[in-house]
Amino acid sequence: MTGSLLGHLNFLGAMFLFAVGMFTMLAHGNLIKKIIGMNIMDTAVFLFVVSLGYIRGGTPAIEASGPAAQYVNPLPSALILTGIVIAVSTTAFALALVVKIHARFGTIDADEMVRRMRSGPQ
Amino acid sequence: MPDLILSTIASYLVPLIWVYGAYVIVHGHLSPGGGFAGGTIIASGFVLAALTWGFDRIRAGFDENVLGTADTAGVLAYVSIGLAALIRGGWFLSNLGAGYPPGIPGRLFSSGAVWLLGAAIGVKVTTTLYGLFARLAESQPAREGQPRGEPR
Amino acid sequence: MRLLLVVLTVILVGAMLSIVALGLPEFGTATAPTRNEMVRRYIEEALPETGAVNSITAIVFDYRAFDTLGEATVLFAAAAAAAAVLGTVRRD
Repeated sequence: MTGSLLGHLNFLGAMFLFAVGMFTMLAHGNLIKKIIGMNIMDTAVFLFVVSLGYIRGGTPAIEASGPAAQYVNPLPSALILTGIVIAVSTTAFALALVVKIHARFGTIDADEMVRRMRSGPQ
Repeated sequence: MPDLILSTIASYLVPLIWVYGAYVIVHGHLSPGGGFAGGTIIASGFVLAALTWGFDRIRAGFDENVLGTADTAGVLAYVSIGLAALIRGGWFLSNLGAGYPPGIPGRLFSSGAVWLLGAAIGVKVTTTLYGLFARLAESQPAREGQPRGEPR
Repeated sequence: MRLLLVVLTVILVGAMLSIVALGLPEFGTATAPTRNEMVRRYIEEALPETGAVNSITAIVFDYRAFDTLGEATVLFAAAAAAAAVLGTVRRD
């Protein structure tokens, strides 16, 4: 375990956000809160990958002229653009499923839904 | 009956949002932004209009057929630009290897196929995001006494 | 009881991830694994090879344009899945 805690602040913050999202997803029974937890975990991963490309004292890679050692790495940002759109698509589909679950079972609590599923067809 | 304050402010804001989103899409290769960010901004303008004046007013101009056609047209434009590059002698989705003019860097109509692809992706993202929102928000069965599409 | 299990699991996962994250090079230094010769090629050759001033847009729409096509497919799949689950809007 090399390195200092303050030098890795971004990475530790991303891991803390991931743990917060995981707790939100597991500890509540409400389905909307579970979906919000999944979204928080996605945001934590994006923060981690984008902060891998930073260089102290670097400028954004627009109108790049000269050596490449002073510019921030554009490659993680370009990959996370795709990732953000995929996170939006997953959240939209999960919300559509929650709408259908509410129409079918009358509740959006996960434990209540399992109880009504087991107590026979209605 | 839409709210008076909301209707007044939204009638100023929504065209401004659309113009700003179009600016971000078209200047994708010159400043930070591009197709995805600009498409999201235009879709948020549509969402504000739908929340203020009801979904039926939006559907009078942009119903499901128009949204679906624009969605497919965006992806078809993307693939046709790539196939045109294949016909011209480069590889699939090549830019300068197929003879698209690079132009003078810094101008609006430069960089060959990059801004064309950006515009196609902007159209697709706009129609998909607003279509998802409209479909999600209108799937509730109407309560008694309230017409569909009006904000509750 | 379930809350205690959840807290223990989250603390365990968070601790494992943080220990691995502390082994990375420090935030902001120009280190070898994340900056190899590909980054130098993308930053320096984006303007002569594509004509786009913004190098992130040059990566997304020229160097890796096929991944953007795959992402358009993912957007279509999400819209189609949501439409299949929710059904059409009933006009009554």
